[in-house]
Amino acid sequence: MDLMLTLQLAIGELFSPLTAAYILCAIGLSVHFGFTGLLNFGQAAFAAVGAYGMAIGVLTLKLPLLGAMGFALLCVVAFALFLGIPTLRLRADYLAIVTIAAAEVFRYLMSTSGFAEVTGGSNGLSQFGYEFYTWNPVPKAEYNLGLFTWTEEQVWLRLVAFSAVAVSAILVSLMMKSPWGRVLKGIREDEDAVRSLGKNVFFYKLQSLIIGGLFAGLGGIVFVISMSNVQPSTWVTTFTFMIWTVLLLGGAATILGPIAGGMLFFVLLTLTNELLAGLVAIGWLPFLDQPQVAQIRFILIGLALMLLVIFRPQGIFGNKKELRFNG
Amino acid sequence: MANDIAVGKGEPGCKKIDPILVADNVTRQFGGLTAVNVEHLEIPRGKITALIGPNGAGKTTLFNLLTGFDKPNTGAWSFEGKNLAGVSSYKVARRGMIRTFQLTKSLSAMTVIENMRLGAQKQRGENFFSSLFRFLWKGEEALITQTADDLLKRFKLNEKREDYAGSLSGGQRKLLEMARALMGKPTLIMLDEPMAGVNPALTQSLLEHIKGLKANGTTVLFVEHNMHMVRHISDWVIVMAEGRVVAEGEPSVVMKDQAVIDAYLGAHHDTDLGTMKKGK
Ligand SMILES: Nc1ncnc2c1ncn2[C@@H]1O[C@H](COP(=O)(O)OP(=O)(O)OP(=O)(O)O)[C@@H](O)[C@H]1O
Ligand SMILES: [Mg+2]
Repeated sequence: MDLMLTLQLAIGELFSPLTAAYILCAIGLSVHFGFTGLLNFGQAAFAAVGAYGMAIGVLTLKLPLLGAMGFALLCVVAFALFLGIPTLRLRADYLAIVTIAAAEVFRYLMSTSGFAEVTGGSNGLSQFGYEFYTWNPVPKAEYNLGLFTWTEEQVWLRLVAFSAVAVSAILVSLMMKSPWGRVLKGIREDEDAVRSLGKNVFFYKLQSLIIGGLFAGLGGIVFVISMSNVQPSTWVTTFTFMIWTVLLLGGAATILGPIAGGMLFFVLLTLTNELLAGLVAIGWLPFLDQPQVAQIRFILIGLALMLLVIFRPQGIFGNKKELRFNG
Repeated sequence: MANDIAVGKGEPGCKKIDPILVADNVTRQFGGLTAVNVEHLEIPRGKITALIGPNGAGKTTLFNLLTGFDKPNTGAWSFEGKNLAGVSSYKVARRGMIRTFQLTKSLSAMTVIENMRLGAQKQRGENFFSSLFRFLWKGEEALITQTADDLLKRFKLNEKREDYAGSLSGGQRKLLEMARALMGKPTLIMLDEPMAGVNPALTQSLLEHIKGLKANGTTVLFVEHNMHMVRHISDWVIVMAEGRVVAEGEPSVVMKDQAVIDAYLGAHHDTDLGTMKKGK
């Protein structure tokens, strides 16, 4: 095992646009769960709606990329309304069930051959992102930053992805410091108390679902632009649970939590992956083979999620008093 | 006996000279149990009305029904002359009828002052789009905070201002909940056992505060088992037992009523009231 390479890979995750995509989804989930107490187990679907919305906007509707992004975000709003209106009047658990089911339904709809002309079916969609690189103001060159060498396109992608993260974090911070955010936190604590004070709880929950969903939609957009394709198999439940792990790692009711959680998560994931692979290669883990290593890490994610919820539900940055699990 | 509240004599369901809340035929069943069965009830405007009755009489359930937190099997009621039946709970509060809960609902993971600020109605900063622009709501927030601090002082909670509400004692939570309800500037405030667990010294000052509310034109309706408080501040007393209104009148009259004495002291089980659990 090459330690230098492993370290380089791990640190590369810090600046990976995919990390940024997960962070955006986790920021959205912090609005849902951390600040409002909504149990959304279908964040992957919100991201997927954003991703497919944009791809279909470009390929089928022939919109310019920016217009397609707007269209994608409109689709996310529609999706949030569709899920939220019937369920947000009910107890919190119903939203959890409906979101997890809706995420699966959406993914099957995207992969079924029936709509393949629009969705690409199980092959997904590609070749929608060219315009993104025509906006690139970064001069053409190889950028050598010590550990990495990035092309101007890689620099541009990272700049945009992490600017989106920064802007989102600032927006959420502004929202949560305002009286609007106060109502959300009140709802998280006790809906009826907030109702008794004259607030339209249902409407606030719906707003929270939409806004958190929009951040996830943006995450989906960043994800597929950096991959330059959309695959239906991306938006599986594992995607959602990775977002949950990122969020809980950093702290659900915090602004910096999703960012720190996301970076830490992917660094750790790469390190364990490389380490395990290395140990297998030198024969220290005779019961494992190389393909199993890739799967082992998902077992580790599950384990980490369990340990977090049990021992540090407030995450790294969270305040224990502000967030306990009360569903 | 003459009084300035009811039209004629005080009797169950009697008409009031100036009612703020009028309820008709309100019933609520839980399975086979009729928790509330109120034929007619009027709450006088600008007065302090006590709602008393033994445990399980249906007082809290009636509160829940009138404020939209529970749905009745039958019934209609109006507030300030406008229908209020079927109106959702948050709209009831917006129309000026604000209630507290017998089992307190303090927002534990929020500080005391944030609990208070949340109580203020029609805040500009509670609109999503204005929330992003602090200058739009900064001034209003300062005013709200001022009102909140005044109330906290009144309720002897000013020292707890920055503490999480979850760290308050039971009595302090009662106080916080009442103060928070007042932040909404209610025309009718409905308090469910506001003094339960509050120490006697503070009770006295809060009673004065409630009288002060009345002086400012707020109507007060409260449920209480503490007969001293009932006698001391209420202008009118309504007695419920087994879901029905069984007596009404001025405190001095009602407290002498044999049926009421029975309900509270538990003697003479076999009167009209039927048997019931002993009140405090
Ligand atoms: N959600 C419910 N489900 C079933 N029964 C209920 C429910 N809520 C209240 N009840 C019943 O309705 C009756 C009236 O209850 P309520 O809470 O209104 O009494 P109360 O007058 O407020 O009593 P207390 O003075 O003890 O607070 C009781 O017999 C109670 O058991
Ligand atoms: Mg009660």
